[in-house]
Amino acid sequence: MKILLRSVRLLNPEQGLDIVSDMLIESGVIKEIGNIDLSKYTDVKEYDFTNKVCVPGLYDMHVHLREPGREDKETVVSGSNSAAAGGYTGIACMPNTNPSIDSAEVVKFIIDRAKDHLVEVNPIGAVTKERKGEALAPMLELSDAGAVGFSDDGTAVKTASILRNALEYSKMIDAPIIEHCEDESLAGGSMNESIVSTQLGLPSIPTVAEDLIVMRGILLAEYTGGKIHIAHISSKRSVELVREAKLRGIDVTAEVAPHHFTLTDESVRAFDTNYKMNPPLREQKDLDAVIEVLQDGTIDCIASDHAPHTIEEKEMEYIYAPNGIVGLETQVGLTLTNLFHTGKLTIQQVVEKLSINPRKVLNLEVPNIAVGENANLTILDLDVEYIFDIKKTKSRSKNSPFNGSNLKGKSIAVINKSQMYYNNEFISI
Amino acid sequence: MGLSSKHLLGLYGVPKKDIQLILDTAITFREILERTIKKLPTLQGQTIVNLFYENSTRTRLAFELAQKRLSADIINFSKSGSSAAKGESFKDTVKNIEAMKVDMIVCRHESAGIPEYLTQISDAKIINAGDGRHEHPTQGLLDMYSIREKVGKLEGLNVCIVGDISHSRVALSNIYGLQTMGANVSVCGPSTMIPWQLEQLGVKVYNNIDKAMAENDVLNVLRIQLERDAGSLIPSVREYHNYFGITVERIEKNNPNIIIMHPGPINRGVELSSEVADGNSQIILNQVTNGVAVRMAVLYLLGSKNEE
Repeated sequence: MKILLRSVRLLNPEQGLDIVSDMLIESGVIKEIGNIDLSKYTDVKEYDFTNKVCVPGLYDMHVHLREPGREDKETVVSGSNSAAAGGYTGIACMPNTNPSIDSAEVVKFIIDRAKDHLVEVNPIGAVTKERKGEALAPMLELSDAGAVGFSDDGTAVKTASILRNALEYSKMIDAPIIEHCEDESLAGGSMNESIVSTQLGLPSIPTVAEDLIVMRGILLAEYTGGKIHIAHISSKRSVELVREAKLRGIDVTAEVAPHHFTLTDESVRAFDTNYKMNPPLREQKDLDAVIEVLQDGTIDCIASDHAPHTIEEKEMEYIYAPNGIVGLETQVGLTLTNLFHTGKLTIQQVVEKLSINPRKVLNLEVPNIAVGENANLTILDLDVEYIFDIKKTKSRSKNSPFNGSNLKGKSIAVINKSQMYYNNEFISI
Repeated sequence: MGLSSKHLLGLYGVPKKDIQLILDTAITFREILERTIKKLPTLQGQTIVNLFYENSTRTRLAFELAQKRLSADIINFSKSGSSAAKGESFKDTVKNIEAMKVDMIVCRHESAGIPEYLTQISDAKIINAGDGRHEHPTQGLLDMYSIREKVGKLEGLNVCIVGDISHSRVALSNIYGLQTMGANVSVCGPSTMIPWQLEQLGVKVYNNIDKAMAENDVLNVLRIQLERDAGSLIPSVREYHNYFGITVERIEKNNPNIIIMHPGPINRGVELSSEVADGNSQIILNQVTNGVAVRMAVLYLLGSKNEE
């Protein structure tokens, strides 16, 4: 089958590409770009994408799929559906499943579950067996099975000694260690430590709990020559540390979640557990710092930290409710609304952070928009205004603080692996 | 002329006229408590649930007594620990209780924010009897009542809250309430027991008890919660007593006229020496009696408030 994308803006900063053109895709491969004369072809389904932007398929490098173990919250397929609806053609899934992703079997199980899906799913292996922080997981085996990075996400790697060894060991396969930066002895609170936590009387997590582990990771990466990626960075001091480390030439990259450039801990005042996540929502100064370093390139990626939880778990008392929110279907909207339409990032920067850089961090090929290439694409409508409705989510979970939010800009279609997701359905192309 | 809210969730943002009304109404109830027949028919036919997820002795007794004095029907419910760990969720428990047609819920819970949450899932009037380290508004009200009873005013008074402020729900309610009433509020304690950025609330922070005593009219001394993690906050109870404990010598040296209050239960020899505890037993026990009167006032004012 052939599809024609009519007068769409083709944009890929990696190729220096930014033109308005038609594009014909046949059996999942880009066949022709230019002014296309349909009389040459038969059996073509045409899509008018005037004023829409076609970019390399977006990639979310921080997703919790919950399978195996908590399929009531999310499965590989439901999470991938949510990713497709949100504009993603690829996601990396975190290893805090049950069992955790610490064996080749689990890596293969997840890849097998995702193999027929439009969305490519790349597992992140655990750094340590059962994520206990004691013995290294079989990283070479995990890598051979398809793991693209390593993390004990949910917690930091337990000791500096294990992290050092992980950084040394992973150099053999050039894979990043993805650190959830939080000092265990300072952790355990329900929100950021600030005047708000003082006023609300909630146990708090200070930013220095994050900063300490960011610093530890940077110093060990420098010492070992290993590759460290800072997950969901949220504090002002932490982004300063990453900026300094990059200037020193240390192999460090970082990602931020949309809620950390959208909301502050002021939102916690209503005691709605959909505002409870880890790292917690920080203060305005942290939010401002995060946006500043998104602009200067210190923060490479935007990643959702999509963390599905059941309604009954989230409806618990604030101090007992689990951390995390779903984010795959709000990430593009929040990024475009709060960073692009405010003039803080150009559309090129947005594409780098949502598509190109996360793939580079994980050593994955960045899709090209060129004749002969597999079509791995996201079509964005930058200007559509809408109200996000969590009831329409493809995720099994509904824990989002953005239900009812006014957003501007979203994905309207994704294309990958000879499939297209458009208007709420998958079609073979 | 009633209260502006149908709930009492905390003293944060409660207008001065509401606090004034509660304190003035409590005077009447305080007088009734001295009569032979202490019971009034005011809340006859109203059902109140005391939902206590955390241990409490005097708050719970004071609420129960206040409810009985006002002729309300009472249901007592206690449970501790995470709702999920015990099977039924907090929400389901509340929904079940509400299905029994209750008018008011008095709730004590170890998680901050539970009273706000109750207002979302229940139509009953909610009274916070202590949520986590957040607020304990009726304690704040009875402290203000007791101070006013003793000194005759709150406006312009210098009141210092002493002890483990960071684990206290009493401190915030005192701070919010007293500030609204025009008092100058300060705190005194070891720096590890002072909440983050507390000064931003307009609260002076002392780390020197002698200075705090010299500069204040009233000390509201909190209990050092030995059962909590005081161990990582202070080296020892002995050191705490030596540097922050209120003794007769300190009172005589710094401010012989100072008023010492304590919400109880007292750790004798820790935050107060036995002599101080006994020497000030009048106002400390008055706080307990006033606690019943103030809670009667709150129950009465909320109970007689009709739905708009």
